[in-house]
Amino acid sequence: MDLQNFFRVALVAGAALAAGQTARAADITGAGATFPAPLYAKWAEAYKKETGNGLNYQAIGSGGGVNQIKAKTVTFGASDIPQTAEDQAKAGLVQWPMVMGGIVAVVNLDGVKPGEIAIDGDTLANIYLGKIKRWDDAAIKKLNPNVKLPSAGITPVYRSDGSGTTFNFTDYLSRVSADWKAKAGVSQSPEWPVGIGAKGNDGVAGSVAQTKNSIGYVEYAYAKQQKLTYADMTNKAGKKVTPTAAAFQAAAANADWAKAPGYYLILNDQPGDASWPMTAATFILMHKEPTDKAASTEALKFFDWAYKNGKIAEDLDYIPMPASVIEQVRKTWATDVKNK
Amino acid sequence: MDESARAQAVSLMDRRKALNAFRIGDALFHRITWSAAIFVLLLLGAIIGALIWGAAPALSKFGFAFIYSERWSVNNEIFGALSPIYGTLMSSLIAMLIAVPVGIGIAIFLTELCPMGLRRPIGIAIELLAGIPSIIYGIWGFFVLAPFLKEYVMPALDEWLAPVPILNVIFEGPGYAASLLTAGLILAIMVLPFITAISRDVFATVPPVLKEAAFGVGCTKWEVVRNVVIPYTRVGVVGGVMLGLGRALGETMAVTFVIGNSKRISFSLLDPATTISATIANEFQEASGMYTSALLALGLLLFGITFTVLAISRVMLARLDKKAGA
Repeated sequence: MDLQNFFRVALVAGAALAAGQTARAADITGAGATFPAPLYAKWAEAYKKETGNGLNYQAIGSGGGVNQIKAKTVTFGASDIPQTAEDQAKAGLVQWPMVMGGIVAVVNLDGVKPGEIAIDGDTLANIYLGKIKRWDDAAIKKLNPNVKLPSAGITPVYRSDGSGTTFNFTDYLSRVSADWKAKAGVSQSPEWPVGIGAKGNDGVAGSVAQTKNSIGYVEYAYAKQQKLTYADMTNKAGKKVTPTAAAFQAAAANADWAKAPGYYLILNDQPGDASWPMTAATFILMHKEPTDKAASTEALKFFDWAYKNGKIAEDLDYIPMPASVIEQVRKTWATDVKNK
Repeated sequence: MDESARAQAVSLMDRRKALNAFRIGDALFHRITWSAAIFVLLLLGAIIGALIWGAAPALSKFGFAFIYSERWSVNNEIFGALSPIYGTLMSSLIAMLIAVPVGIGIAIFLTELCPMGLRRPIGIAIELLAGIPSIIYGIWGFFVLAPFLKEYVMPALDEWLAPVPILNVIFEGPGYAASLLTAGLILAIMVLPFITAISRDVFATVPPVLKEAAFGVGCTKWEVVRNVVIPYTRVGVVGGVMLGLGRALGETMAVTFVIGNSKRISFSLLDPATTISATIANEFQEASGMYTSALLALGLLLFGITFTVLAISRVMLARLDKKAGA
């Protein structure tokens, strides 16, 4: 274990050096998910302007974030894969949801613009299982009677690194396709039967943008930044929905955080006519009894400020947590995090 | 004691002092360089030790199955390295098949046939190729070479070779832009300058008298190259090829961009694959426990492969030196 810790420390130190950042006392350090990274960067920028305190966030992936916080090399870890209440207790961690967002399927098809193509969960699962191999397959044609689909092979693009986005994506596919559940299952890095791998949300977005007749899955902000063609989806209620903040919000509204122990909650495949089927929350993890209490206090101040500035999240099409949940999280901080 | 004797004594004292200072300086210099050399050895030992220690849990759990098993399942903690090993060896093989004839061809042209005025510009261009960082090759491969291959080359290969047995399996379409073939081509371009530069240098070691004698008995340029230059320098050229191979085996970033990162072994070169170094680069940050150990075991394997290749090239180059000296 010591060796692994050593590697992790080396990794973080290397990443910090590479970014040319020197950690100062007032800087808060965190590492983890790439899914909310664009938002954390925006929040950090605004926070720095307002308070002078910086945030050093390394988007190394959810699994990495959990590893880092367990190894105590950072003040907070960020993950899209919620830890169960037992896991949190075992590692002495406290977890809360920071923000919610949507995962969208993106395609690269000549002449097809955003929202012009539609897909459902079962078809998506069959594409990633290699059972649907061509764009003019009957299942895709049936969903898109008015779209001219090319007679070409599909190149599915997946995450080559372990990923919280992949975890939520495969969780959704497992919910809607028994076949997917049996053959691939829910995992941050499953055994993909077909397709090519790319690193990070940005890597998948880049590969889809670059590869004709490809399909991929990314957090909505990445699809928007790269101006990719996203697909509409059929939700649990059988309705066709377009990925918009309103659709993500509709899915998020179903979440009953008060009844979720340790805030363990997955938001995929929610009921409701307007609900976007692939919605996920992203989480923060901190130690209940931090070794550096001053840094921990500073981090909580930042998160409290971030909750108050949900507007910044909305601008990037993330969904801020509802006021009731924020109140609940503040109580959790007061009782569980021993900063004194 | 008169004045001159005293002066002599003083100057003797000064001399001793100065000599002493030199001796201390020399000893210090010796110590510093000696510890620098030992430090490198210690570092190498520590890296090998850490790799073996980290890889031990995975190697003891999976044994030899780690090398010949294809399945890489993070969820079930089952790790087999066959697919990355296959991708590493195949992509390097493709690179060598292309880079060796082209590289030696350029070297022959530069030393035997090229007009004097062109030798320097072409030589410098080749050396510049060697100086381009690998990430640049990766970006170029991703944005330019891969789409070009997918759009124009792969459909043609698939169609033309469809009736040819064996080749129709190796080039079975429709093909992916990010594939083993793309990675092999990028690697070929990356190792080309190494092979060219070393071949050119060893071709220059052929004594002119040998070539002149061959020309004297009426040999053509081709016959001189075929029967004098190549046999004389064979070992050195192989050494250069091995150095290139060493680079191809370990190349990480450029390959990760264009190989498609897929752990399925396919006999078609147009399908995606992965290499040992690409797998490690992709997955290290997320790993823990047995997963980390399996990745370290992969690293140990790569270390073993490249070490063997480099050792062979060293031995061959040493044999060439002996021959040139004799």
